[in-house]
Amino acid sequence: MSKIPPELKYTREHEWARIDGDIAVAGISDYAQNELSDVVYVELPKVGSKVKMSEKCGTIEAVKAVVDLLAVVSGEIVEINQSLSTSPELVNSDPYGEGWMLKIKMDNPPETGSLLSAEDYGKLTKETGH
Amino acid sequence: MPRRTALYDRHVRLGGKMVKFAGFEMPVAYQKGIMSEAKRVRSTAGLFDVSHMGEIEITGSDALEFLSKIITNDAASLNEFQVQYTCMCYPDGGIVDDLLVYRLRDKYLLVVNAANTMNDLEWIVDYKLGFAGTVSIENTSNSISQLALQGPDSQRILGKLVDLDLEEIKYYYCQYTKVAGKEVLVSRTGYTGEDGFEIYSNVDDAGLLWDAILEAGNESEIEPVALGARDLLRLEMGYCLYGYDIDETTTPLEARLGWVTKLKKDEFVGKDALVKQKEGGLKRRLVSFEVKGKAIARQGYSILSDGRRIGDVTSGNFSPNIEKSIGMGYVELGLEAEGTGIEIDVRGKSVEGVIINSPFVKSTSLKR
Repeated sequence: MSKIPPELKYTREHEWARIDGDIAVAGISDYAQNELSDVVYVELPKVGSKVKMSEKCGTIEAVKAVVDLLAVVSGEIVEINQSLSTSPELVNSDPYGEGWMLKIKMDNPPETGSLLSAEDYGKLTKETGH
Repeated sequence: MPRRTALYDRHVRLGGKMVKFAGFEMPVAYQKGIMSEAKRVRSTAGLFDVSHMGEIEITGSDALEFLSKIITNDAASLNEFQVQYTCMCYPDGGIVDDLLVYRLRDKYLLVVNAANTMNDLEWIVDYKLGFAGTVSIENTSNSISQLALQGPDSQRILGKLVDLDLEEIKYYYCQYTKVAGKEVLVSRTGYTGEDGFEIYSNVDDAGLLWDAILEAGNESEIEPVALGARDLLRLEMGYCLYGYDIDETTTPLEARLGWVTKLKKDEFVGKDALVKQKEGGLKRRLVSFEVKGKAIARQGYSILSDGRRIGDVTSGNFSPNIEKSIGMGYVELGLEAEGTGIEIDVRGKSVEGVIINSPFVKSTSLKR
């Protein structure tokens, strides 16, 4: 069973967001890291760049597959997790903690209303998972 | 319904991530993950369940003559209990499969790729229709389990479970013996580049053997190893994987398997086409390469030279043992030399690479 912290929000594409005021911290879910297997490389957007909800903002290269990282909300990248450039395996070992990927200063906080609750995300991974 | 090997329950208990592969439900990785497993095999030892592989037995007074006609390598040169890697080709030189041939006392045992077992069998049976000699062909895949113990500590670990001096089994030879009290066929073979053994047993004994080997490997911190790491390890050695680097559209000569293609021996299926290809000059050749940075060159990505497409990637991954992104693919002849600079089109982005003579990793397997 993959871990789904109840206080976080999720996307259907298996990203998570921790909303803190007008900042959203984001990464990929435990389910996603498990499906991808060992992550070898994470390409993140530049600090200061603008991203749009659900649009590609990075790349996650894992042994089994490569996937796009989609922006959980719209806004400006204010910080990226530098540790991932040397230790991408943090995404596997601690996807909700040290494996976080980026912080976005939200343009449109009400957008977060369309994110999934932990409960709904749990149902989604059960439907599609195995 | 996908099939399960006799070790399915153990895989699940060990936290194996089960996937469908070649009609079987097999683990792609256990809990520690592909990278850890791949490193373990090169540092001490790892144990693989390869029971999905197919086994085909060929017997009869004309078995050798028959076999010589269907494989590219020279079966007649095999000593008793010797093992040979070979290809089997279609008349046009395309590869039906790559396989191991075991010369046992009274029969030849072919060990073939799981996904190809039925196709190989059909091909062999079809060929037999036009063969005048006495030969019988039997698919024994369902009654045989296969384990692969691979890594520099393999001999030490297996030595605890056999009465035999394992030094007696030379590289690419085999022996009937008992492991943990069970009758098995043990060969000094494998597909990782490490010293190691492949162990064929009755399906009913597979669980006991698996447990006994893991137990005997405790000191070596042996780990179970699954498909993901198996793929990485063979890629680090530049070994071909059927369905990726070789298939019915590629020939052994293109796939740098000329060393198992004996064009001087008598007639065999595909010989004429291969001789013609050799005389006419190859158009492309399989190479290994490494890529700058950590992007993975995946199957189907284009290989470029000065912006011009010169071939395709057939396999690629990130090697934890050399900490580089590596791959294999076909390039136009003339551009295959070691050190040749190439580019890989990674999803629209051109990434620099260089052709390298594999293996990427120094092997511990015994010298030929």
